[in-house]
Amino acid sequence: MEQLKADHLLDAKGLACPMPIVKTKKAMKDVEAGQVIEVQATDKGSKADIEAWANSAGHQYLGTIEEGETLKHYLRKSTDEETVEKKHPHTTPNEALQAKLADNVVVLDVREAAEYAFNHIPNAKSIPLGEIETRMDELNKEDEIYVICRTGSRSDLAAQKLADNGFNHVVNVLPGMSEWSGETTKLT
Amino acid sequence: MAVNAMNASDVTKKVFNKEELFILDVRNEDAFADWKIEGHNFDYLNIPYFELLDGVEEIIEKLPSDKDILVVCAKEGSSVMVAEMLSDEGLDVSYLQGGMKAWSEHLEPVKVGDLNDGGELYQFVRIGKGCLSYMVISNGEAAIIDATRMTDIFLDFAEEKGATITNVFDTHLHADHISGGRTIAEKTNATYWLPPKDATEVTFEYEALEGGNVVTIGNTAIEIHALYSPGHTIGSTSFVVDEKYLMSGDILFIDSIGRPDLAGLADDWVGDLRESLYSRYRELSDELVVLPAHFMIIDELNEDGSVGEKLGKLFAENHGLNMEDENEFRRIVTENLPPQPNAYQEIRETNMGKITPEEEKQREMEIGPNRCAVR
Repeated sequence: MEQLKADHLLDAKGLACPMPIVKTKKAMKDVEAGQVIEVQATDKGSKADIEAWANSAGHQYLGTIEEGETLKHYLRKSTDEETVEKKHPHTTPNEALQAKLADNVVVLDVREAAEYAFNHIPNAKSIPLGEIETRMDELNKEDEIYVICRTGSRSDLAAQKLADNGFNHVVNVLPGMSEWSGETTKLT
Repeated sequence: MAVNAMNASDVTKKVFNKEELFILDVRNEDAFADWKIEGHNFDYLNIPYFELLDGVEEIIEKLPSDKDILVVCAKEGSSVMVAEMLSDEGLDVSYLQGGMKAWSEHLEPVKVGDLNDGGELYQFVRIGKGCLSYMVISNGEAAIIDATRMTDIFLDFAEEKGATITNVFDTHLHADHISGGRTIAEKTNATYWLPPKDATEVTFEYEALEGGNVVTIGNTAIEIHALYSPGHTIGSTSFVVDEKYLMSGDILFIDSIGRPDLAGLADDWVGDLRESLYSRYRELSDELVVLPAHFMIIDELNEDGSVGEKLGKLFAENHGLNMEDENEFRRIVTENLPPQPNAYQEIRETNMGKITPEEEKQREMEIGPNRCAVR
């Protein structure tokens, strides 16, 4: 089974409801905004509950992987990124990117690795925003690069960073994966 | 204040007696919307437990001061937590022991009537899920019809009555709950009867139950007459017990009729369903008391908690028996169907012996209401 990268790990195995959620809520306090936490639990009911709790608390529920008796839940802590003003000048709507996918354009997904793993555009390249500085040499400066994240904010930052480093054909895709209606590659 | 435990049997009695109860259901909203504890005079508040982790102050004003309050969750843990928090705020509340899991598995035996020569007929009301099982007892022998997977209650009940279980029947291959018939038969060496047309794929030995079979329970002849009545499944068979009771399986309920689609053949079986309900049952005495394998809503419960009604009354009042136009009937029972029961394909395979899930998995498969009827 593929190992998903998470910033924090919470072991709630062997605990019965309500403890997995009680522990997750507590652990979330030490998670920075935008980071991913993996919660391991054996209580089958934890899946529906953690998803419902995350939605109600404003966190992003990414998905759950079942590994034998263990359920591995992935959550991303809520951020205020949506309220930040976007600055990169070149943008395109989701639909325009969807129409271009057949031409093998470069799609760069800058969400966290776990977000990408659960649901992404087929053949999109994954470089989380935090790694863009050190990994931009994996990209070709002459390519037309469509940068995407969940809501357009992280991709805006990534696009600015690429443009500052001599990438001249970088486009931010809006609004991003949160509204993506085209085909995706899913984990399960 | 004290936190009290209430068990599923206590709550069942409150349902039967139409008592008032305020249920604080702390499962998540989807689970509550799908399935909850039903009572004539029950009121509800649904707030997921994870909304209450920081405190219960906000909901206190929504709780009544003049009614018993029962906190309910899936398995018990969260309801104990919330009940303790409410108790710390000075409220006197109870939690449901074992949660909805226990509620789903609770069977309440209700005596339906006396039979010929000292025999007795009991109905086992699975109040949380709407399944009905039966035990015919006569002269130290017992027969069980449509047993649920909680087999101990039947075995213990027969023992208490000093009866040996000799015959076990399923009216059809169930799709909404896991049958305990085979397990009981294995434990007691009883004969397990199944309609052969529903049993073409089963992996175990059974006795073929066919229209016209007569099985005698006890030496004073409590007779169980099998009556082939296809429609819910192709093999569905009803029983006439002691010339007085009609066990209708999932063909006819009190306030609804069986659905023909759970084996994937609605269009093929709707004609059989019509024939069974509108011809075969018409030939039976109006005085027979119909005892179905399910109830759907608590309004179908009689005063004593049993479920049963005279056939003549159902012919007069059950909407499903009063659709003169055959096309209209066909349309309603094939197009107007409720969602299919949870995991019904896996449940069918379990009842065929093809798969043997662990107990926890079986429990999970049966979660939710039974949904075997079309109204």
